Amino acid sequence: MKKITLILLTALLSYSFGWAQQIPAVKQSEAISITGITAHIGDGTKLENCNIVFEDGIITAIGTDVKTKGKIINALGKHVYPGFIAPVKELGLIEVNAVRASNDSDEIGEMIPHVRSIIAYNAESKIVESMRPNGVLLGQITPKGGRISGTSSIVQFDAWNWEDATIKLDDGIHVNWPSSFKRVRRRMADSRSLIPNKDYQKQVTQLCNFIQNSIAYGTGKGQELNPAFAAMQGLFNATKKLYVYADGEKEIIDAVTAAKKANIKDIILVGGYQAHKVTKFLKEHNIPVLVKYTHSLPNLEDDDYDLPYKLPKLLMDAGLLVALQNGEASNFQTRNLPFYAGQVVGQGIDKEKAVQMLTGNTAKILGIDDTYGTLAIGKSATLFISEGDALDMRTNKLTKAFIDGRAISLETHQTELWKRYSKKYEGM
Amino acid sequence: MKIRLLVLHILWCSSALFAQDYFPENDGVKSKNNNYTAFTNAKIYVTPTQIIDKGTLLIQNGKVKQVAEVVNLPKNTIIIDLNGKSIYPSFIDIYSKFGVEQAKRKLGGGRTAQYESSREGFYWNDHIMPENRAIDTFKYDLKEAEALLNAGFGVVNSHIHDGIVRGTGVLVALNNAGSDANRVLDDASAQYLSFSKSVLKSQAYPTSLMGAMALLRQMYSDAKWYAAGNSDTKDRSLEALNKNKKLTQIFEAKNKGNVLRADKIGDANDIQYAILGGGDEYERVAEIKATNAKLILPINFPEAYDVTNTFEANKIVLKDLRHWNQAPANPKILAENGVTFCLTTYDLKSPAKFKEKLIKAIDYGLSKTTALQALTTVPATILNKTASIGTLKIGRQANFLISSGDIFEKETSIYENWVQGVPHVILDKNLKDIRGEYNLLAGGMTYQMKISGKIKMPKVEIKQDTHKLKSKLNYANNWFNLSFSTDNGERYYIMTALLTKNDENIKGKLLLPNGNETQFTAVKTSSFISTPLKDKEKRVPKLVDITFPNVGFGYTSQPKPETMLFKNATVWTSEDAGILKNTDVLVKNGKIDKIGQNLNSTNIKVIDATGKHLTAGIVDEHTHIAALAINEAGHNSTAEVKMEDVIDNEDINIYRQLAGGVTSAQLLHGSANPIGGQSAILKLKWGASPENMIYDNAPKFIKFALGENVKQSNWQSFSRFPQTRMGVEQVFMNYFQRGKEYDSKKKSGQPYRYDEELEVIAEILNGKRFISCHSYVQSEINMMMKVAEKFNFRVNTFTHILEGYKVADKMKEHGVGAGTFSDWWAYKYEVNDAIPYNAAIMQKQGITVAINSDDAEMARRLNQEAAKTVKYGGMTELEAWKMVTINPAKLLHIDNRVGSIKEGKDADLVLWSNHPLSVYAKAEKTIIEGATYFDITKDKQQREVIKKERAKLIRMMMKEKVEGKETQTPKMAKKRQMTCDSL
Repeated sequence: MKKITLILLTALLSYSFGWAQQIPAVKQSEAISITGITAHIGDGTKLENCNIVFEDGIITAIGTDVKTKGKIINALGKHVYPGFIAPVKELGLIEVNAVRASNDSDEIGEMIPHVRSIIAYNAESKIVESMRPNGVLLGQITPKGGRISGTSSIVQFDAWNWEDATIKLDDGIHVNWPSSFKRVRRRMADSRSLIPNKDYQKQVTQLCNFIQNSIAYGTGKGQELNPAFAAMQGLFNATKKLYVYADGEKEIIDAVTAAKKANIKDIILVGGYQAHKVTKFLKEHNIPVLVKYTHSLPNLEDDDYDLPYKLPKLLMDAGLLVALQNGEASNFQTRNLPFYAGQVVGQGIDKEKAVQMLTGNTAKILGIDDTYGTLAIGKSATLFISEGDALDMRTNKLTKAFIDGRAISLETHQTELWKRYSKKYEGM
Repeated sequence: MKIRLLVLHILWCSSALFAQDYFPENDGVKSKNNNYTAFTNAKIYVTPTQIIDKGTLLIQNGKVKQVAEVVNLPKNTIIIDLNGKSIYPSFIDIYSKFGVEQAKRKLGGGRTAQYESSREGFYWNDHIMPENRAIDTFKYDLKEAEALLNAGFGVVNSHIHDGIVRGTGVLVALNNAGSDANRVLDDASAQYLSFSKSVLKSQAYPTSLMGAMALLRQMYSDAKWYAAGNSDTKDRSLEALNKNKKLTQIFEAKNKGNVLRADKIGDANDIQYAILGGGDEYERVAEIKATNAKLILPINFPEAYDVTNTFEANKIVLKDLRHWNQAPANPKILAENGVTFCLTTYDLKSPAKFKEKLIKAIDYGLSKTTALQALTTVPATILNKTASIGTLKIGRQANFLISSGDIFEKETSIYENWVQGVPHVILDKNLKDIRGEYNLLAGGMTYQMKISGKIKMPKVEIKQDTHKLKSKLNYANNWFNLSFSTDNGERYYIMTALLTKNDENIKGKLLLPNGNETQFTAVKTSSFISTPLKDKEKRVPKLVDITFPNVGFGYTSQPKPETMLFKNATVWTSEDAGILKNTDVLVKNGKIDKIGQNLNSTNIKVIDATGKHLTAGIVDEHTHIAALAINEAGHNSTAEVKMEDVIDNEDINIYRQLAGGVTSAQLLHGSANPIGGQSAILKLKWGASPENMIYDNAPKFIKFALGENVKQSNWQSFSRFPQTRMGVEQVFMNYFQRGKEYDSKKKSGQPYRYDEELEVIAEILNGKRFISCHSYVQSEINMMMKVAEKFNFRVNTFTHILEGYKVADKMKEHGVGAGTFSDWWAYKYEVNDAIPYNAAIMQKQGITVAINSDDAEMARRLNQEAAKTVKYGGMTELEAWKMVTINPAKLLHIDNRVGSIKEGKDADLVLWSNHPLSVYAKAEKTIIEGATYFDITKDKQQREVIKKERAKLIRMMMKEKVEGKETQTPKMAKKRQMTCDSL
């Protein structure tokens, strides 16, 4: 019975989710020049009234006096941005949150660094394609749950399958640092109070023991393979980055201190709700922050109502390397990344710096900045044209988008339904 | 000590058994003790206000015979001289669990909800148990009685603390020597109620506070109907309820809001409950006073938080820090405001804690007279028992305390607690106070001896010159046993003496180290002086301000309407007038008085709005903030429950949404059932009471729901109808048919059973209540419209309505409006086809469309959500803006008052720093009816105030910790963020 239901469900899902994907774009065949644009470079600067040229997927020229080449797209008065990057997301791992069969984001087990997201990434997800019309073109596909959730990979959002989508394989390991407070659940209570977590130190020790064991394992030779310890090795030889999720002041300090002690080279703080209280410490240790998205509620009743709005600015003002993420939000929300950055502009940060938090800084933090994240000669032509300011809902209107120079479709399951039903009423 | 107690018991037990003199006697000959006992020379509190400074109390057979300055004592009187001591009536606790077996939560079970009642011949809801009688499980508990007696209590009223209606209590005198024949003063002393379900029963309904309230309302109405002989079947619950009607009705509320809720139910049924409070009533004292209810107050004031760990301390919310500071003043504030209350040991870890807490209340300003009243006359009055208990007037029970002095002082000891003329000895009153300093002459040497500590357990210190000696003192029944040693424990001196009444010095036998016996003398050189109390001011922490509401960002006074003039704004009217540049708006008497150019008015607040945008306040058609409950999930239809009953006016989300420009919102029931509860339409007046947040003459709304939630598709529940969309239709058809039949029976004048649920359904059929229907897919949307059409009414609003774009033509024809999300999808299977172009398509088909939140976070940026319709579907900015102002106002039928900037409408306005649809815009001022509820400048100041107040309170708590007082573990209070699905 169970099997039949499963088969039916699978059939149903593949039917309803499987037919509407856009066809991945073909390789760039001729040079493309976009002219008359404001180019938002992604490094905190912009160029007004300039042209950008790319060939074979690579930007070959950008500037005010650049000669056009090949196909010309006249985009006078429009804006060009590097493709926005969505870190720490379960895109392609979950299709519909409430349908368990469509969820591949959280494997059982507490410390499972060897579990890899990339092989479960559904390049044909309808959610993934819906990112593109808002300018979100790249993402870090990340497993969730447990203490060590697994290993992520970085993909671009226009591909036939996960292998084609990959731009950086097994880039990082994701660790949920223990929390010093835990929830007490009471029946039918309106309050969800938290109390100090008595097991905090024990949980920290368990995690640190695991890391120490991984180090020891790495120095040994010819022993039986331990997949979990083996997967950790990249952290010690700087081929993988450590993404450590912590929000509280104490947790942040403990996490960074422990990771430094273990000689992990690349440590990235994810979340960082109270990171503004320890900016000096983070700066000293050179820790970048993938800060929690602005469209979230303050954690504490007495916190400033706009703390989530201004937190990225507070961190950037303190000299930290900051990018935005919405790991805790539902997948579909990730297309709102540009507006999370727009919200920070409302708090007084420069618009180009806000763009940087979705592009240049993100690429730097994820370690893909040699290819992606900014509009510069030699970098991938992963970019889009918007009619107006892409950080504002009113004006974020994409006319064209390119991934590695390939002109991708901006249609989605949703635009198709829009057109289908617009036709229904036009015909009436 | 034990021996004395036994002697006393033997002495008094014959009188205690007087009530059973018609019983046969086989263990001796029948005899009776009619002797009197007189307590002379005592300060006697006959009542809290009638005090005899030095008088006599005469008792006989467990009752007061005479009390006066001078009493003629009969010859057969035993006289007890209480010179210097005081007599008080013993305390009464009417909210006790004493001796009554309490319900324990059933273990296991309950995987699938149980919807039906488990009983036969009783009320349909298992949690209504007026037939329960505490006396049936009553068993006198000697040990517990002793603890209560030690704390000063003589009489307690106990009941089964379980269920919504709990049946009758039992009033017990704590006469340890008596039997239930005389100590049970009343076996049906009061009837008890609460909002909490029975832990023994599994019936699902009610799952919420509002459900419990609706259940009580229906129950009272059913009881009347039953009493009039309308029922064909027997209902032992309703019979018991009707029988218990004449008793005192005591309601367990346990917090300020529930006190008001309980009283409201009482008022509607001509019942004045006495109500168990929670200790936070001071925050809403004026409304509490207006209930006229007598309160029963616990005094389990919170301990200070342990703030030694900064990380932990920072997570305690201001509200909790404040409560520690303010709660001990609760009795004082209530007394000052004329609220009558009694005190209880309820919720205290042990009665032994009672005195410490009581003294704290007095330190915080509660008068001693009120305190005594709250422990004697008030509880007696609540139970209508003033003729027998609560005072020491003639004829009352001889229940009294003998103390060393003022019982509300820390240093005072209670010696004896007499109940029904039987003494319970706490401390030997004849024990001599030997504390002081002495010269101890022993074995030819003089030592310095200092005795301090408590009278009962004194501590001794013996010095030879400046050298402290090892010593031990044992003191009981006036026998003094002391030993000390010199030469490093080589030489022991052991002394024994019986103290005499009139000699300050101690003389007795001394055993010398060499084994010889001789005499010793201790000559008193000075009496014991207790370390003087620091002045009270110092001991009592200063109270921090109570704010409205009493949480962080609360205001010290409620915002008042002002006359104000906005100069030179860009005004978004949400009317045909569109956007007006360089325009002035005058606000007066809470209304928009004038819109124009170069308006002038003298002596009023002028706000320069140059470069800024002024709009109507945002209206959120679908919210779940500011609520203590969202779903009553116990039945598939719960039309009888009201969101108005469960408004949480302290929810910080109210303030946060003001900061996002929201001024009105419909608080909707959730989507747990096809027919949900009645909405509350609110103005987000931060600091106002729930009643004052609700619109006057608010249009009536109810939540309906379709799809996965009402089918319970996404959790393990397979027993409740409906499980399919097919079943959903049948639920509606059935209820509307029954509602129709009910209504026509009612209108025909025939007798009918009042049914609150069907009353509400009839309102819908009669066009007096509107439906906001949670909906997703096109099939069910169409079904709902067809059901309504069959019963000749129209659905007012489809909320969520994510596939509305597929049937927009049909919706237009039906005449329904839509409140939808801007861009949500993919969270459930039924939102697979949700598209962000939905709002635009429906709008183009002529439907009134609103963008709503259903989410506390999104609600604070509804302006941005509206802007998304510009991106998705190409709405004009004007149309987009209407989707969060006038359109939702129209859907809620409040567009005559709010939703646009128009002369004569409510001055609900928002001043924005920037284009209101821009992600860069900030609300700088949010005004409701001319009063400023959010101001970005004031907000900055509030942050500083909170910082300072937190620092101050944490400092105060630190002091408690350093002084070694008890503390509690920090907690981080967090309210649930609720949505449609919150159970």
